[in-house]
Amino acid sequence: MIEIDSVTKIFTGRGAPFTALDDVSVTIRENEFFTLLGPSGCGKTTLLRVIAGFIDPTRGRVLLDGQDLLSLPPYRRPVNTVFQNYALFPHMTVAQNIAFGLEMQDRPRAEVSATVEEMLSLVRMTEMAGRKTSEISGGQQQRVALARALAPRPKVLLLDEPLSALDFKLRKEMQLELKRLQSETGITFVFVTHDQEEALTMSDRIAVMNAGEIRQFGGPRDIYDHPAERFVADFIGDTNFLDVTLLSSEGSTARVRLSSGSELDVRAPQADLPPGPATLAIRPEHAQITTPDTAPLRGVLSNIVYFGTDTHFHVELDAAGSFVLRRQNQPDQAQDWAIGDAVGVKVPPGVGQVLQD
Amino acid sequence: MTDVAPVTARRQARARWLLLVPALTVLVFAASGPLLIVLIYSFLTPGDYGGVLWEPSAQGWFSVVFERDFFTDELSLADAHLSIFWRSVKLSLMTAALAFIFGFPTAYFIATRPKEKRDLWMLLIIIPFWTNLLIRTFAIAELIRNEGTVNTLLITMGVIDEPIQMLFTEFAILLGMAYVYLPLMVLPIYASLERLDFSLVEAGYDLYATRWRVLRKVIFPLAKPGVIAGSILVFVPSLGAYVTPRVLGGGKQLMLGNLIELQFGQGRNWPLGAALSLTLLAIVMVALLFYVRAAGGEEGRHG
Repeated sequence: MIEIDSVTKIFTGRGAPFTALDDVSVTIRENEFFTLLGPSGCGKTTLLRVIAGFIDPTRGRVLLDGQDLLSLPPYRRPVNTVFQNYALFPHMTVAQNIAFGLEMQDRPRAEVSATVEEMLSLVRMTEMAGRKTSEISGGQQQRVALARALAPRPKVLLLDEPLSALDFKLRKEMQLELKRLQSETGITFVFVTHDQEEALTMSDRIAVMNAGEIRQFGGPRDIYDHPAERFVADFIGDTNFLDVTLLSSEGSTARVRLSSGSELDVRAPQADLPPGPATLAIRPEHAQITTPDTAPLRGVLSNIVYFGTDTHFHVELDAAGSFVLRRQNQPDQAQDWAIGDAVGVKVPPGVGQVLQD
Repeated sequence: MTDVAPVTARRQARARWLLLVPALTVLVFAASGPLLIVLIYSFLTPGDYGGVLWEPSAQGWFSVVFERDFFTDELSLADAHLSIFWRSVKLSLMTAALAFIFGFPTAYFIATRPKEKRDLWMLLIIIPFWTNLLIRTFAIAELIRNEGTVNTLLITMGVIDEPIQMLFTEFAILLGMAYVYLPLMVLPIYASLERLDFSLVEAGYDLYATRWRVLRKVIFPLAKPGVIAGSILVFVPSLGAYVTPRVLGGGKQLMLGNLIELQFGQGRNWPLGAALSLTLLAIVMVALLFYVRAAGGEEGRHG
């Protein structure tokens, strides 16, 4: 279990001081796949490097199973890192790279070679053991970097955007592979990424970061279905934002009035929101395209974009703004709508989420 | 159509060779020519007042290693020459080692500065290199002579009573050469350290390697090509050094360069001088061969 307790990091360079981490507190559970998600410059890598020991925070504490990590140099922390560019030692073979951490811990020779064998088969690189790291492909380098970091059996594995250099197909493969390795080894993974899909696919829990702060923290479903604020809703997945008036809220439900005048029952992230202007967030796949007569939102279909798995309908709303709907495609589906049609947008009850500005 | 590309390529290749013509001309006439003369002279008979007589003789080469007793005609190894060979090789190796000991941390320091400050630091290393060699050598002599700065300071501070004899010793030559050739060690090591990906150093720390082990297992192996290049760049000119041993060795501690000069000057034995020059060249060649093999092996393994 890692307890990150009000960690602040202020970089003081030649320019103005820059707050990379602003009083961040979070607890990472044992044996979980934990993801730090956010745009570049949000402080996620800084937090990772604080845990690894490459950056000393300005304030705050980091505890691993109750033990203070910050007083230890990086080479004494039971924490290993998979670097973004892999940082494999170019003067060593694949096997030598994997053995490095074990040798630096002065483990017995027999144990080192046994563990290296085990790691090689774990990442399916046994045939490549004698190769130089420059002689293997990017995906293979990735797997060697993983094996090297896992070999000393760290309590925590830190992964700094390790998939960003891979092509799309390989990235999909490695996502599943990482998940498999995590459950097979039982090691806590702390994964840094700016790719929301990657985060949703692999994580047990996600901390969404922005401007040095954790904005929301929870399981992938929580984060996706119940974004707590506009930044999170916007950053993760696609979202339609509508200006609404909050009429009343009770518990986790709220009643809002749309600019078209219709009223809707939606979810509220917290109880007892004060009535007044608010933003309503609706995921494109949660709304349905329909005929205009009964729909709470009406408009004109301005564009239809075919994506293979689904189709996006862009609607210019009569009131103001636009709305995007997503519908899963069925084989040989008839084209039931055409650009220029007057359409309605139906929002099932309890689907939208009201956000405070 | 199909012929055009190869013809153009061939013409371009020929044009590139033309660019080499000036350099090749200089090399042929200014380097190979004199070298050939030296080779021929080494097989001739010395003239009485310098110069050579055009009578073939192996005496020059013979004298490099052997000497004949003036009275008894007994054949023995030329101790004087051999001790000078040994001193030259020993001092040059030690110079390379000393330059490495001082040069590696210096290069590492510069390579870890912020990018915009590195050039300034490099400039500070190179500035002495632009100063006249004689002036620098005499500056060293001034520092270490018996009445020089170092001895005066030590006596004033009461550390020693008598000045330490440093000038005109092997130590003086070593110090002088290490100082003079230090930039030649720093530059190539800096070049290889500058290219070093410092996330590898972090990876080393991350994988439980202490500072010392990161240096030994990660940084040093990756800087090795630079270290080898620097060692050769220091070793080769040290071996043939003339000014530094002359000024700081004071004519007592001869090195190969001084011995060769002696044969062409007071010794009036040009064939021996020529043979010694070629011997020096041979030692340098052996060192370069070692370098090419070490560097080539390194490259091969890096792919």
